Parts: sequence; structure tokens; C-alpha cells
Amino acid sequence: MSRVGRNIHVSVDRLRQLAQREGRPGRIKADAGTCPKCDSHYSADEMRRNLRVCPACGHHFPVTARERMEQLGEPGGYVELWPELRASDPLQFTDLKPYTERIAEAEKSTGMGEAIVCAELEVRHQPAVAAVMDFTFMGGSMGAVVGEKFARACDHAAQKGLPLIIVSASGGARMQEGTLALMQMAKTVIALDALAEARVPVVVVLAHPTTGGVWASFASLGDVTYAEPGALIAFSGPRVIEETTREVLPADFGRAEAQLKNGQVDAVVDRRELAERIGRVLHILARPAGGDASTAAPALQWAQGGAQRVGEAVQALPSLPRKMMDRMRPGSTDGEDPGEAPS
Amino acid sequence: MSDRKQGGRFRKVTDKVRRAPEPQEDDLWERVQLARHAQRPYTLDYINRLCTDFEELHGDRYFADDAALVAGFGRYHDTPVAFIGQQKGRDTNERTYRNFGMAGPEGYRKAMRVMEIANRLGMPVVTLIDTPGAFPGASAEERGQGGAISRSIQMMWRLDVPTVAVVIGEGSSGGALGLGVADRVLMLENSTYSVISPEGASAILWRDASKAKLAAQAFKPTAANCYRWGVVDAVVPEPEGGAHTDHEQAAEILDQYLSRTLADLGAMPAAERRRARRERFRKLGPLRDPEGGMGMATGRETPPPG
Repeated sequence: MSRVGRNIHVSVDRLRQLAQREGRPGRIKADAGTCPKCDSHYSADEMRRNLRVCPACGHHFPVTARERMEQLGEPGGYVELWPELRASDPLQFTDLKPYTERIAEAEKSTGMGEAIVCAELEVRHQPAVAAVMDFTFMGGSMGAVVGEKFARACDHAAQKGLPLIIVSASGGARMQEGTLALMQMAKTVIALDALAEARVPVVVVLAHPTTGGVWASFASLGDVTYAEPGALIAFSGPRVIEETTREVLPADFGRAEAQLKNGQVDAVVDRRELAERIGRVLHILARPAGGDASTAAPALQWAQGGAQRVGEAVQALPSLPRKMMDRMRPGSTDGEDPGEAPS
Repeated sequence: MSDRKQGGRFRKVTDKVRRAPEPQEDDLWERVQLARHAQRPYTLDYINRLCTDFEELHGDRYFADDAALVAGFGRYHDTPVAFIGQQKGRDTNERTYRNFGMAGPEGYRKAMRVMEIANRLGMPVVTLIDTPGAFPGASAEERGQGGAISRSIQMMWRLDVPTVAVVIGEGSSGGALGLGVADRVLMLENSTYSVISPEGASAILWRDASKAKLAAQAFKPTAANCYRWGVVDAVVPEPEGGAHTDHEQAAEILDQYLSRTLADLGAMPAAERRRARRERFRKLGPLRDPEGGMGMATGRETPPPG
């Protein structure tokens, strides 16, 4: 792997290094500057207009939660929900610094209250509830506040019958909240079932990075799952794996493109097409006015015609060529058994 | 929810907990060592003593059998009960075979397979948690380690039958929680339950693998603390000196707690159990709500029983 490739992802450690150097924790320098992949230079304004994607090479820079809301939503904006919730310090935790100090610094440098922003918005005219994580706030880590706001967003969406859009960008559970942070995985997964009961869809967008307890809870339970190009998606990060198993990992380990091949995501979607893509799938899935999708007129007609269609199909069967019938048999692989069914 | 009304009470409890003397670094480290003592009873040691008969099932029906996680049906107090748990090994060969109790996606899928059967046949599910974490490996990631754990959590939450999780040794990370979403969570006196192992935390937070003792001190992952936080519902005492000194007695004490808990749960209607299960996990996690006062949702007044 080349040095240039290494620099694309921003690890928690790298953020800490930056924080120490500048005294501003969690701040990602993406306002203006240089693309780490192709060395092109951009002004702050250009970056914003390009949705923080490098127009030269397509490298995806991190996006803060509020900017993401603006990118996804209509110009009218979004209505933020429960911005007042703040973390407490149940363990009175101190590693290199007290946890309370870390939170205060993160609040100051990001202007946010926590690592998740929940809002009601419209994506390409499709109303939805969005829960967007922010990696700049303590690595997007999930503590009690992220868990609570996420759970409330699920309830809110279910109650209003709106689909839920989740954008994840997180290193995982917030270690400074210890065992209680681990419990947020259970809390968020359980909360997500409110949407299943309300029969509304969940669209997940995996941004860089989505790892640890966030990938192993709600982020892997979307009905439709998109990933941003180059995003690291893994339960264990490459460093942990290399240290534990002494494996030599491929350069694209855990990246969105590799996870698409592994069958872990539905599509890798460029950020510049993301709002369009989400709007489209929400439009496809939108329930017709005044009813459940299962009782909608076209579906009903189709269902009522079912018996007749089965009858017709059965009658049609013997007249089909033998080879075609073999193909239709469950478990048979298309045209892979020569010798059988000569035609 | 009456939590808001009880804000004062919870604050008092919190203060009391905060005023309690902090266990010293060495004590906590000793506890961590005890939780993963090589002679400590493991999942199968308990299952074989709790059940009069046990049929272990193998394989997830998709890819492979994961020896790091055992699952099957046992005859417990003359009723069928599904038992699922991570399994560690005692000697080098066995440890390698059991992958140090670190299950991969196949393990969690096998667990789900057994949970589904238990739910269909109406038998309670008991999980025994003992793992340093889910297996961190490239192959596990390719086959969806994250999704396997999240779906295992989801399935445990959806079960209609009574469920009990018992932390018997080391309970670390999502690998532990994958089996931890139950109606009642019990924890053995000398076991630990934490978001990450002290070694992992030391490498990440202190950027120094030798700070595991400090990490253990910071996480305070003991049974008593987990009880105070509301993460576990009861602390199961161990024989004098620790469970490793007397496997028979350790299993006997667990049997008393487990049978009583299952009897209590069996008396509840299924819908009520699920509602309470949701509520139990929903309220975990203290936070500050400047508009609604203290949102402290956890905390207990009574000391752990036993």
C-alpha cells in the first residue's frame, strides 16, 4: 500500500494527533486545502459546493452531521430534534484526560451537543426522519446520548409513519462510558423494531468509517444499505486484526468496494448522487395514500388474479421444452448440467 | 415512566455510589485475572452440571461449525432448555480449537439457529457469556461479523420465550452482547462485563499496551458496578476463593439462581416479558437533559443480593 493510499482514512489516532497539535480535538481539516489522494487544492467554498468530494479524483472527505442534513434535505432545511441532550460521566472516567474535559472540548470545537443529529426533513420531496452521525465529535462514538437520540428518532419515525434514514460515521461504542456504552447496541437494535412494526423502511448510508459497535448494531440492519466510496466498514479495524491474527491484509480491506463484493452492502454510491438515490428508493417504497402497501389497488388485483395465474401456469407446463422445465426446478443451476435433458 | 419523579431518589443513589470507596487498582486487576482464570469453570462445565442430559448442535447451516460457541438443548429440572455460550479451552490445543472463546459469524448464526428452534418449540433460552470479544479476523469480516452480531441481538430481543443471560467469566465487547439481550442478566461475582478488554482499551486509549491495569481501573467492570449501573439484575455468589476452587459448588449456586429466575419469568405472560425486556434496555444509559432535568435512568438502592 502506498503512502498516499494510507492517508485517505482518518483514524481516531490521527485525529488525536491533530487535536494535540492544534488543541482542537475532533476537528477534521476539510474546510480548505489539499486532497490527500491526488494533491489537488481547493478553496473552502469549492469544497462545500462539491459536497466535500474532490472533483478531480472523487475522494470523499468527511462531512459533519449538519452539513450532511443540508446536502440531503431540500433547501427549506431540516428541523433538528432533541438537540439539548448531553452526555453525563457515569464512570468518572479518565484516560489521558478526564471524559468531561473531552466532551467540553468536542462541544467547543464542533459546535454540536453530541455525535448524532436527528431531524425531520424531505429528501427529494420524500419526507423522512434522519439520524446522522458526526465523526468530528469524539470519533462519532456511541454513548448514552447517541443511543437515546437514535431510539427517539426510531419512535418518532414509527409514530409518524415516516421512513428512517441513518448515516453512520463512527469508530464504535464510546469507551469512556464503559459497559453502559456497550448497552447502547442493544438499545438501538431494539428501538429499530418500532419501524418494523410500523412497516416503514430503513435506509442506511455507511460513511467513513463505520466500525465496532455501530457496525455490529443498527448500521448493519438497514433494509437498503448504501456505502460511500472508500468508507471503512468493519467490526474490527485493520490494525486490531493485524495485531491479533498477524494477518497481512489487502489494501482494500473492509472498504466499501470490498464489502460490496462480500455482499455486505447493496451499492456503493457517490455522495453527489446520494440524495437522488435515497429519494428514488423512498419514492419506490412510498405507501400509496390511504393504505398499506399490501392492500394497495395494483397489489390487490395482482393477488386476486393469483389463482387464475397459477392455473394457467400449470396448464402451460407440459408444453414447455424439457430443458426449460429443468431450469425452472428449484435448486437447478442454469444450463450447468449437460447430459441431462437432451433437446 | 416514573423516573423523572424519582429523580431525587436516583441522585441520592448515585451520590451514594460515588461516595463508596473505589476498589484499588490491584484489586480490580486481580478481579480481571480471576474472571479469566485458567481453572475457572467454562460454559460446558456448567452445562454438564446443570443438565441431566445435553444434546449439542453443530453448524450454522450456511458455512461452518464454530467451536468457539456451543449451542444445544438440555434437560434442566426436567424441562427442555436451550443453552448457548462461548467456550474457552484449557490447554494449548483446546484453546486453539476453541479459538480462545472468540466466535465468528458462524458462531452467532448457529446461536440464532438454536434460538429460533427454542422459540418455535417454546423452551427458555439460557446464554452463558465468556469471551474476550468476537473474533477479529479478515475472514470473519468478509462473512459479516457485524451483521451476525446485530442480528443475534435482534433475535434475542424478539424471542417470545423466557431468556436469561449469565456472564460467567469475561464479557467483553459486542461479542459478549451478541448473547446478552435477555429478560434477566445475571453475573457471577468474579466475572467482568465491559465494552472492551482492558488490553484493547489500553492500546486504543492510552496508546500503550502495558496500561491494561489502568484501563481496568477506569472501566471498573465488576459485577457490583454492573449491578449499580442496572446492566445486570443479580450478582451470583461464587464459592470461597472463586469459582475455580470448586466447580461443583459454583454450578450448584448458579442452579439456584437460574431455576428461580426461570420460574419467575415463566409465570409472566409472553407479551409482558417482551415489554419489560424492551424497557429494561431502553432505560440504560445516564444522560443530562437540560430541559427535562436529570435523565439518570439507572441506579439502585439495594445492595446486590447474595
